[in-house]
Order: sequence, then structure tokens, then C-alpha cells
Amino acid sequence: MKGYTATLENGEAIFYQDSKRWFWLMSVLYPLLPFFGIWLHAVTSEQAWLLFPLALNYIGGPVIDWIVGEDQNNPPDAVLPQLDNDRYYRYLTYIVVPLHFISLIGAAYWAATQDLAWWAFVGLAVVAGVTSGLAINTGHELGHKKSALERNLAKIVLSVPAYGHFWIEHNRGHHRDVATPEDPASAQMGESIYRFALREIPGAFRRAWDIEKERLARCEKPLWGYDNQILQSLLLTAVLQLGLVIVLGWSFIVFFAIHNVLAWWQLTSANYIEHYGLLRLKDSNGKYERCQPRHSWNSNHTYSNLVLFHLERHSDHHAHPMRRYQSLRHFDDLPTLPSGYFGMYLLAYVPRLWFRIMDRHLLALPHVNGDLDKINVDPARKTALYEKYGQSG
Amino acid sequence: MSRYRCPECGYVFSEEDGDPHEGYAPGTSFALLPDDYTCPDCSVRFKEDFEEI
Repeated sequence: MKGYTATLENGEAIFYQDSKRWFWLMSVLYPLLPFFGIWLHAVTSEQAWLLFPLALNYIGGPVIDWIVGEDQNNPPDAVLPQLDNDRYYRYLTYIVVPLHFISLIGAAYWAATQDLAWWAFVGLAVVAGVTSGLAINTGHELGHKKSALERNLAKIVLSVPAYGHFWIEHNRGHHRDVATPEDPASAQMGESIYRFALREIPGAFRRAWDIEKERLARCEKPLWGYDNQILQSLLLTAVLQLGLVIVLGWSFIVFFAIHNVLAWWQLTSANYIEHYGLLRLKDSNGKYERCQPRHSWNSNHTYSNLVLFHLERHSDHHAHPMRRYQSLRHFDDLPTLPSGYFGMYLLAYVPRLWFRIMDRHLLALPHVNGDLDKINVDPARKTALYEKYGQSG
Repeated sequence: MSRYRCPECGYVFSEEDGDPHEGYAPGTSFALLPDDYTCPDCSVRFKEDFEEI
């Protein structure tokens, strides 16, 4: 296996090998999940197997995370530049781009050519949508990079879930405003994921559109033209999805509607858990403090990190947004989720349970120390929460 | 004509080159960038964080 050598300041030579190097292939292969269900359906003729990837994702994910446990290993700082520049890792993010297309087209083709019950048709659209949520994750990794190739690949892969505005919204909006009440992609204490989705999905699109509109105005270019980067990606979506509707039949309007909403819901789920209740405080000039590691929730669960390009080491990502996934680091004493993302998604879907567990974690954070003034609280729940915890707002 | 670097990601705003993709023409003075100017690459550092190089 490839190793990296470096010399520390004290003259000591170190040698580092990335034990996860080959395991990152899991992030490449995971989007092929629908084919597992399709294969099981093909060999058994039992349509229910088409839904098997959902069980693998929502039950298998948390269970495997629990069994495999956590990995807190960090690459030494001295080898980070070499690790970041090792092209193998970025090639994996390139290879996965066409696989997202293959996965969606394969699922749609199977739905069109098999005599499926309505629930199996809907189920396959759900499976395809959950899988295309991973395309947003791939677009996230690529869209943070400086090279034109990677930014263009981000736009291309985001066309699969019809979420072309994401990389503008995320990079220029969410990272700027994260952990503030102004950020539609940062969940507030007391806000259920369902209410959050109604704020996040339209709010994020509006913010991306406004950012792009301002840029185009500065460039003296038309808003409704080829230079609009949101429209570029949406045009690809139109070609892909309308093309498939024309080829496969009108019922695929329903298929893609379900698919798209489920893909967006995956991002909503991730956004919901990544910054729940965390708040950047304002300085004496009324400006928010710079984003610190304490403004993101993290998980070191090995399995879910390996299928999500290390997304769960979120504090380091927000501290250094351009850093590549293989180089993201764990730090002690960060806000830490009790499970990997797949388990946390399930918890988020049951708001009463989520509040009971996560509000306790939130209040116990060292920098919060039970003080609601240091938490991003949902204005609609503010009075009730301050009353509940005996504080004056 | 000066150059200013983002201390987080290394993005450089050159007054001579501007940043046409962001709508800042060559010759744009850094001082004339909007007060809420944010690093176009990493978005986590702001105008007042940039360092002249």
C-alpha cells in the first residue's frame, strides 16, 4: 500500500499509510445499491426484494455502524498535503459520477420493463431517490474544489437529483451563514425535521438563486441565459428525466417526482442533524464569530463515513471547506452524535424522540453549558423552551 | 495594483486581474469590493480577513 513520509519539526521522520485507502471504494460502489434489489428480484421473482436496499440503508446502516464502531485515527498533519494531493482519492469521486446516472437509468429501465405492482413501482422510485441523495453527497465533495473539472462534474452529478442549485447554495450560502438563524440549512432547537424541510428546501433554493442573480448582474449577463450555473444543471436534469419519460412512458413523471423528493429529503436529513441547535455568537460589532469546530455535529462511525466520503467529520469540513475527504480529521471534545448518520436519520424522523435525546446532548455541550442564549432556538418554540428549562429569554 | 489572499484557502484576489467570473473586472480595487465580500472559494473568510501580499 502507498505510504507517505515526512519529517517533523524535531527532525523525526514519520511514515504513514492510510488504512482506509481501499475502503473508500465503498463510497463509489454504494450508489449501485438499487441493483442489489433488482438482482434479488430477478433471481427470486419476488417484487418485495426491490425494497431490500431500503432495509440495507436504514436498518443495515445503523446496525453495521454499531457493530463496526468508531475510527478516531487521524493522518499526521505533516503528511496532509501529500494525502490531499494523492490523485487516487479524487479519481474515486470522478468515477462515481457516471455510476449515479447508471443507477437511476437502471432503476427506471427495470421499473419500465417489468410487470410491477404499483407499490413495487413506487418502492423502486423511493430506492432510486434515496440513492440519488448520494449524488448530492458526491456533488458536495466535488463542488468544494477549485478546479473547473471538479466544479463541472459537481454540476453534472447534481443534475441526477434535480438539485443543480446545491453547490452554489451550499458553498456560498450555507458555509457563510452556518449555525445562525439566517441559515435555512441549519436546524434550530425545537424544530422538527418536517418543519425544517419546509424552511430548508425553498429557502436554500431562494438563497442560491439570489447569489447567482447578484453574480450575473455584476457580470452584466442575463439571469435567464446559458451563464446561469443553476440553469445549466437543471437543463441537464430536463434532458435526462424528460428524455427518460419520453422513452419509458408518462408514468415516469410520477417515478421521477418521487425520486427527486426522496433525494432532496436525504440532503434535508443530513442538514438537519449536522448543525442542530448550534449557534455562532455575535461579537461587539454585531458580526457572527467565524465558524468554529464546535458549530457542527460529528460522528466517527467507520462504516457510514466510508460510504459517505467522510461527510460525518463535519467540523473539520466547515473549518476547512476545501480539504479533501481523505484528509478530514477527528478532534476531541467536539459535538458528537450518538450514532452514525443512518441511525441519526431514523431518530430525526421521530421528533419527540429526537428532542428527548438531542436536546440533552445540545445543552450538555461544554460551550453551551445549559444556556439557551448560546443555542440556535426555533423562534416558534422559544417561549416554551425557555419556560421548560427555567430561563428568561 | 495589490494582491490579497484568503488566509483559509489561499484564494488570491488580484486587483490587476480582478475576478471576471465573479463579476469583478480587471482593475477593480480591493477597497471597492462590497463590505460583505466573502471568499469566492471557501466562503468562510470575509473581506476584513484577507491579507495583502
